[in-house]
Amino acid sequence: MLRRDLHNEAVNGVPCRGKVLTLDTMNPNVKRVEYAVRGPIVQRAVQIEKELREGAKKPFTEVIKANIGDAHAMGQKPVTFLRQVLALCSYPELLEDNKFPEDAKKRARRILGACGGQSIGAYSASQGIECVRQDVARYIEKRDGGIPSNPDNIYLSTGASDAIVTMLKLLVCGEGRGRTGVMISIPQYPLYSAALADLGAVQINYYLDEDKCWSLDIKELRRAVTEARQHCNPRVLCIINPGNPTGQVQSRQCIEDVIRFAKEEHLFLMADEVYQDNVYAEGCAFHSFKKVLFEMGPEYSSTVEMASFHSTSKCYMGECGFRGGYMEVINLDPEVKAQLIKLVSVRLCPPVPGQALLDLVVNPPQPDEPSHTTFMKERTAVLAALAEKARLTEQVFNTVPGITCNPVQGAMYTFPRITLPQKAIDKAKEAGQVPDMFYCMRLLEEEGICLVPGSGFGQREGTFHFRMTILPPTEKLKIVLQKIRDFHQRFTQEFS
Amino acid sequence: KWSERKVTIFTPMSDQQETGPTMRRLSQLESVVLWNRARQIKRELKQGVKKPYREVIDISWGDPQGGGIKPLSFVRQVLAACHYPQLLNSDKLPEDVRQRAERLLKECAGRSTGSYTATQGIPYIVKGISEFITRRDGGVPSFPNNIYISSGSQWSLQVPTSLILIISSFFFTGVLTPVPCYDKVNMSIRELGGVTIPYYLHEDQGWELQIEELNRALESAKGVCNPVALYVMNPGNPTGSLPQRRSSFSWLMSEFVSYKKVLAEMGPPISETVELASFHSASKGLIGECGLRGGYVELVNVDPAVMEYIYKLFSTDSCASVPGQIALNLMTHPPQPGDPSYSLYNEVIMTITQLMRVFEVLNSVPGFSCQPVEGGGFAFPRLHLPLNAIHKAKEAGMQPDEFYCVRLLEESGLLVNPGWNFEQKEGTSHFRMNIMIKEETLEGVLRRLVSFHTKFMKEFS
Repeated sequence: MLRRDLHNEAVNGVPCRGKVLTLDTMNPNVKRVEYAVRGPIVQRAVQIEKELREGAKKPFTEVIKANIGDAHAMGQKPVTFLRQVLALCSYPELLEDNKFPEDAKKRARRILGACGGQSIGAYSASQGIECVRQDVARYIEKRDGGIPSNPDNIYLSTGASDAIVTMLKLLVCGEGRGRTGVMISIPQYPLYSAALADLGAVQINYYLDEDKCWSLDIKELRRAVTEARQHCNPRVLCIINPGNPTGQVQSRQCIEDVIRFAKEEHLFLMADEVYQDNVYAEGCAFHSFKKVLFEMGPEYSSTVEMASFHSTSKCYMGECGFRGGYMEVINLDPEVKAQLIKLVSVRLCPPVPGQALLDLVVNPPQPDEPSHTTFMKERTAVLAALAEKARLTEQVFNTVPGITCNPVQGAMYTFPRITLPQKAIDKAKEAGQVPDMFYCMRLLEEEGICLVPGSGFGQREGTFHFRMTILPPTEKLKIVLQKIRDFHQRFTQEFS
Repeated sequence: KWSERKVTIFTPMSDQQETGPTMRRLSQLESVVLWNRARQIKRELKQGVKKPYREVIDISWGDPQGGGIKPLSFVRQVLAACHYPQLLNSDKLPEDVRQRAERLLKECAGRSTGSYTATQGIPYIVKGISEFITRRDGGVPSFPNNIYISSGSQWSLQVPTSLILIISSFFFTGVLTPVPCYDKVNMSIRELGGVTIPYYLHEDQGWELQIEELNRALESAKGVCNPVALYVMNPGNPTGSLPQRRSSFSWLMSEFVSYKKVLAEMGPPISETVELASFHSASKGLIGECGLRGGYVELVNVDPAVMEYIYKLFSTDSCASVPGQIALNLMTHPPQPGDPSYSLYNEVIMTITQLMRVFEVLNSVPGFSCQPVEGGGFAFPRLHLPLNAIHKAKEAGMQPDEFYCVRLLEESGLLVNPGWNFEQKEGTSHFRMNIMIKEETLEGVLRRLVSFHTKFMKEFS
């Protein structure tokens, strides 16, 4: 039946029209939303996996998904203590089972006691279970050398992403030249660009310096904000530390400079610190933005407005599926805080298992507790393995002509630069693809390795990269690195 | 048996000075006084302050487990085994639990509930949902590709809604929403940049949705905004009404019929053109796992090009909470007759007797009237308040039902949700109370309520 006919056809006297929701009538902001980490290359990878299952013959027997920071998917084992407490919370009858250690039971009882009806199946307060927020505050105080943290400033969330988007919703307003501008690094984790597109905010790019190990230069921040003031109202500065996709760990001096800059330019600071335990390089250390802020004295600590974000998806836990996270807000206007509570209440509350998990992360077994030894062993092993894989990755990639790789100082990814022959770039254009997508697609089809093209994160014009996770088990990672090396050489030759 | 469906709608962002536009809209409705006082009283009781009651009974949320109802063992055993697979090594857990946990773990990357899942949800679980829907709707096909699982149905509501709401300086996009309506829905709409166009449910006819009223509401939107969507809640929240009523108490036998089923039964072209989003959740019904945050949306007749963008939006939030996804699977595929866990699973958590009791009591006390509760787990009785009480409320700067609820809390320790939060016909007062609670608790609730109400009515007569 032709579309035309539908316009005339009547059912019960009601004419039938075309669809209400089409690309033309859709909220135009959504058209600009992209999220490369789960984008077209991943969809093709899933398709290939299906084909393999159905018996298709390929040059590989499995697809290695090195596109997403999902440690457990790559074989990392969950930390025993965390899962024991989660099991106890899920099915409290297990508290009678003597196979579970006392410290796990103690924590489960405490968490359950704080839940409505003593159950993780009850809604919690929208801001999160009070005793969990208190534990988070204590953890932050301990981490930051005693600088006080107020539980009222802690908001638990569904992963860090939820909290990040919530803050952006609060911050983005205005119209035309007054529209909120949000500064974000290039390259960046594409949640930011997606959220900014969806909210219709102005994205203000500041470029990290690839030649200086992806370092952040205040001069570049200043250039970006000054230029932006001509067409928008810059209000927010987002910084990811340790960085994603670049892995760089900011020095204390740099963090101070950024805070100073934020104060001078009257910017709200958003510090994404989800990889705070993932620091590998010699001479690098994690410094929380809050700690540095307070150490700069009251002139800064009582004026700079800031939100810091953390999550249970990364670090040594890798518990992505539980969607646990929090943000701590500093110097937020009390009236805005009241509105923030309302905003988070629309989704009722974050998943309670994730809140419980977060409580364990900030409240791990102490040296005098039965689970401590195993816990520390598991934690240390995970972080040590990641450090080793970071080093190995940088080393191998730098032996490949045409690939240059900055040291992976932290986080879970490598973001090497690839040199593509002009012929390949031309071929890509013909195929209607961005050159690094073309490259990654070929790698996927030929080797079954799924990476994310650098274009998904942002990069300087004319440069190409890919992001690969360092999460596969060491032996598998070695094979992956070899295959990429071989592929790159083949690819370069083919298009020379 | 009851299932609550929610539809979220958006509200437009206004230009608040320093904060995002969302904020001004959201600030309109909220009984801050009541929640603050409840928190305070709970603290005072903990500290040993003497009150006419030993604890606050919070029936303001739709939270069965929060109200003391125990979760289903099968659900919790499967979850525990999935999180800590060592439990599968012994025979302590029933066979069907172990089998289900094994099956689910097989579907988790790295056999871990800590891995991310596919954007729409674990495919095995999504497929299960489509089978559940087809079964429920007497064979009407349901396609996994049209289903998205999210951490709670509110989020699955917000995504498609954000697509149809256009934020423009020249016009507002509107969504028809019922009065009364679950407050989160209106908040969502406003938060996302839309306006709500109220259509009034007819209280005296069991909160009936009348088409003439829908038409009137649509007319009222002319020149004010561009209506693009209709939100319906079936069963209703807070009203508990089902769209079809039968005579007197045969409503007790009424069955849930989905909008999708009816749409399909109406045949083409309507069944192929009307765009529909249906929402469901593991927070309600028999399973009542609110805290696990498992919900889903099924999209029908949505333009395939638009579906790609829906996928993109969902993907930015990675995936739904895995415990929530598992809860959904256990909801759509409960133990079957013959399975070890079957009999325990089917112990009814709330009896018809309870429903009738609430209806009876609330309609027997002067100053109360209540429509039959057909579903949804809440009662939404009407308060017929004396003028003196209404004046006192005004003096105190509160809405009449809010005033009543604050006094109810102070004097009897009962926390309910004032009707004002759900919007209601001008000049009427209501409150919403959760009745998905243990029978003993319900008796206690009704006792406190009647006792307080009688005193209150006397005081202000």
